[in-house]
Amino acid sequence: MNDYLKTKGRIFDIQRYSIHDGDGIRTIVFLKGCVLKCRWCCNPESQQYEIETMLVQGEPKVIGRDVTVEEVMETVEKDRTYYRKTGGGLTLSGGESLCQPEFAAALLKAACEVGINTALESMGCAPYEVIEGLLPYLDQYLLDIKHMNPKKHKEYTGRSNELMLENAMKIAQSGGTELSIRIPVVPGFNDTVQEIRDIAEYTKKLGNVRRIHLLPYHRLGQDKYEGLGREYLMKDVEPPSNEKMELLLQAAEQASQMECQIGG
Amino acid sequence: MGLYTYNSTDIPKSERIPKLVENLYARMPEIESARAVLLTESYEQTEDEPVIIRRAKAFRHILENIPIVIRDLELIVGSTTIAPRGCQTYPEFSYQWLEEEFDTVETRSADPFYISDKTKEELRRVNGYWKGKTTSELATTYMESETLLAIEHGIFTPGNYFYNGVGHVTVKYGEVLKIGFSGIKEKARCQKAKLNLTDGDYQQKSRFLEAVMISCDAAVTYAKRYAKLALEEAQKCPDMTRKKELLQIAQNCANVPEKGASSFYEACQSFWFVQQLLQIESSGHSISPGRFDQYMYPYYKEDIDSGKITREFAQELMDCIWVKLNDLNKCRDAVSAEGFAGYSLFQNLIAGGQNEDGIDVTNDLSFMSIQATMHVFLPQPSLSVRVWNQTPHEFLIKAAELTRTGIGFPAYYNDEVIIPSLVSRGLTLQDARDYNIIGCVEPQKSGKTEGWHDAAFFNMCRPLELVFSNGMDKGIQIGPKTGRVEEMKTFEEFYGAYKAQMDYAIKLLVNADNAIDVAHAERCPLPFLSSMVDDCIANGKTVQEGGAVYNFTGPQGFGVANMADSLYAVKKLVYDEQKVTMKEMKEALAANYGKGLSEEDVAFLTAKIAGSMKAAGQTVGEQEISAILKTVVAASEAPEVKTKGERILKLIEEVPKFGNDILEVDAFARDVAYTYTRPLQNYRNPRGGIFQAGLYPVSANVPLGAQTGATPDGRLAYTPVADGVSPSAGKDVNGPTAAANSVSRLDHYIASNGTLFNQKFHPSALSGRKGLENFVGLIRSYFEQKGSHMQFNVVSRETLQDAQKNPEQYKHLVVRVAGYSALFTTLSKSLQDDIIQRTEQGF
Repeated sequence: MNDYLKTKGRIFDIQRYSIHDGDGIRTIVFLKGCVLKCRWCCNPESQQYEIETMLVQGEPKVIGRDVTVEEVMETVEKDRTYYRKTGGGLTLSGGESLCQPEFAAALLKAACEVGINTALESMGCAPYEVIEGLLPYLDQYLLDIKHMNPKKHKEYTGRSNELMLENAMKIAQSGGTELSIRIPVVPGFNDTVQEIRDIAEYTKKLGNVRRIHLLPYHRLGQDKYEGLGREYLMKDVEPPSNEKMELLLQAAEQASQMECQIGG
Repeated sequence: MGLYTYNSTDIPKSERIPKLVENLYARMPEIESARAVLLTESYEQTEDEPVIIRRAKAFRHILENIPIVIRDLELIVGSTTIAPRGCQTYPEFSYQWLEEEFDTVETRSADPFYISDKTKEELRRVNGYWKGKTTSELATTYMESETLLAIEHGIFTPGNYFYNGVGHVTVKYGEVLKIGFSGIKEKARCQKAKLNLTDGDYQQKSRFLEAVMISCDAAVTYAKRYAKLALEEAQKCPDMTRKKELLQIAQNCANVPEKGASSFYEACQSFWFVQQLLQIESSGHSISPGRFDQYMYPYYKEDIDSGKITREFAQELMDCIWVKLNDLNKCRDAVSAEGFAGYSLFQNLIAGGQNEDGIDVTNDLSFMSIQATMHVFLPQPSLSVRVWNQTPHEFLIKAAELTRTGIGFPAYYNDEVIIPSLVSRGLTLQDARDYNIIGCVEPQKSGKTEGWHDAAFFNMCRPLELVFSNGMDKGIQIGPKTGRVEEMKTFEEFYGAYKAQMDYAIKLLVNADNAIDVAHAERCPLPFLSSMVDDCIANGKTVQEGGAVYNFTGPQGFGVANMADSLYAVKKLVYDEQKVTMKEMKEALAANYGKGLSEEDVAFLTAKIAGSMKAAGQTVGEQEISAILKTVVAASEAPEVKTKGERILKLIEEVPKFGNDILEVDAFARDVAYTYTRPLQNYRNPRGGIFQAGLYPVSANVPLGAQTGATPDGRLAYTPVADGVSPSAGKDVNGPTAAANSVSRLDHYIASNGTLFNQKFHPSALSGRKGLENFVGLIRSYFEQKGSHMQFNVVSRETLQDAQKNPEQYKHLVVRVAGYSALFTTLSKSLQDDIIQRTEQGF
């Protein structure tokens, strides 16, 4: 009967006291494997499904482990008091959680069954049926929209954006979860007023969106590229300035006519 | 629902406040001699009188003659020294250390004080009188030789009260506000009239009550001197605004504290005289204003309701008091100054919480107390807030806003733990509900308690060192012989040896504290303080002699996390898994894991070898000694020693540690804390009260850690011991909720003298309203799990820059950004710079 608790999946981290990814104090489970390969990704060790070795401060560290839902829930349960006081709960992140649909659904269900709030941080890059299967167990969907131009999207993330934009619309229309849109603001990729405005306008069309988050690019993942023996393509990109972020925030607010904020 | 409605909106800062602060901090604090000179003059004239009368007369002589000053722009007056932030000296407690440090006190790194040649000369002259007459000298003669030995070897240090007054009290400020010192004097007079001169204790009681009356008069005289001075200055003052202010001050000081206060302004002035004069009577620190928002409220409410004052002016007066609390100062000896660094007097002022009937009484003044600290932004008062289920949410949000500034205030206290904990120590429920905090974290019922909080620092690591040495330290048997550690067959046997060393050391600690306690009662009873603590007047005796309703002695243990991790590591590695032999562990500890020994340890080992060579009949000259020295240094740093040390350190690293939300380890830590808290509560003090443990170190974990050898948790010799009940620095790697869960699994009820849990945050954790909400949620969650106290350092740009330079001290500092988190010190320099940049951006 509780078979879903035995469902296995692959994660690369569990981070407690997360306060920028969904409401309240949350525990984030990072699922391994992604469909995209964003150049600015701060968790490059998330991209590949295969278990790999990364050098952390010169020491090799195995990234990725296979766990059951039950095992994950043991850690998630530990901060229940904090969730209750702050409206927090479990957040699935990645990678792209939708790459492990069964595991993701089972995790969300397990939390939902015991009264823990759930959130999913995802690009929505999967057949809509997969997403639909999660919605009954999902309280908040933090959906990334990175760019409206398919060509540029493909150039920087490795994939075009049609499916994701389509899914965004379906999720919004389903009314099955609370939807927020997150835009990573990456200099040289989408940091012009026009690009942000385009996304905001699309968000307005979606309707039924709680809030837009502008997440300023940071290069804190840079060391990890080195640890994985990969080249960091954005070495010379400076994080956007405060002034720039404020300007883009205004643009987003004007175009979307909804609540917008900087940060998670 | 609380009892009061409140206004939580911000109040702007008056222009006066930054000017007062600037004046106060214009120069280095100075030591003055007036009090010591006047005290000695009086003592020389009263040698044939009872000590309690001598104390009162000396207090009066000081207050009649000590120079007084009204500082520029002050609205609340009363300064203990002419120089801003200066301090007087208190030779009746101890004086030798200061004479020895005359030439270095100005240049030392921690809390320097200027001292003029004239002051030095005057102090030298009067100090001569005090030879053999101080409390510290008497206390020493009351201590057993093994107790003195334990102190000398740094097992514990009762330094605070050994060399100074006790302080650590909250008096009945409210009663002074209400009936003034004329009223208190009248109480003493009536009580005296009731005495029967044939009573067996008539002599003591009558003299005490007489001393109370003299002290009350002295306080009034002092205030009237200020009234006169203010009037004189007003007459000379060309500025009409200031003239008016001075005239008001003159009138206030003429009325209070002699009479009851008739306005909020008078209540503020009256409060201040009490606070200041307690500090003139004795040198103790942590004289704590306590529930200022409660006893001041009736005066505020009446004046606001009648339109007599504005909220803004009330705030300005409170801000002035906050500034004045930084005008009081205390010069400590060089070693203590490091332990208490920051010129701190620990005048704890607490806002919010419930009243004695269990109703929330958060009010306007509770909010304004937080506002005052935001305005004044100085280390005093030590601001605290009380938290319980019915604390208004907005109040905690306001408190969190203050935390976010990085000032380290307020500290948060949990009514739900502290109240039952105090009840378990014999307080009535009503009294327990009305508790406030003394000094760092110590709860008491104001105006009824002589708590002797902060009675000693007890280093829980040292008894473990004695297990490894069979009770020997630096060649001397200072603890019981618990057997050769290599021969201990089971963990239970090993743990038993630790408990035996603890029990013995705790007994000596009790002996030390009680010796000092008796010395204070005999040589420095305090009639002025006692006039404001129940039931001294009714009982006819001072707090020092047991006159208070509640009597405790609360020495604090520290190093819980180190001991939990150490004992657990020994259990796992030596006994359960047998990866390390006890002999290897012992050698690794003695060699500080191959990481080098201090000069002192090297000198000791050298002397030991030289001694055994001499005993064997060999000649040991300078040449031989220098050869031995070289051998010892080389041996302690030999490659094989280093390799062995590295291996063991690596194994220790893998053993689970306290602070990571692991049930088994946390349960173990709870038991280890009992090795201190349980034996202690069996002992009694000379005032008729019991001992109760605290678990907090102030900042003594750093200097006392410097005297502690390597421990089996992987802590290197001479490095700091863990702070309070917090996990060892850098050992809690699962974030703040995991650490809080672990710490909440200690028994906070039995540590009824207070526990201290410190967390460090990056400002991004508190950014925006959402950040504040989550932060308040974190506190409420820790408290729901029955933690007792929490305080926070929100790191600044400067702190992060320091962390770049000294990464070992910041190993646990987590930086979180959306979807990303890392330990700050593991990042490369350029990424750390990014974080520092973000710190200022606040997201």
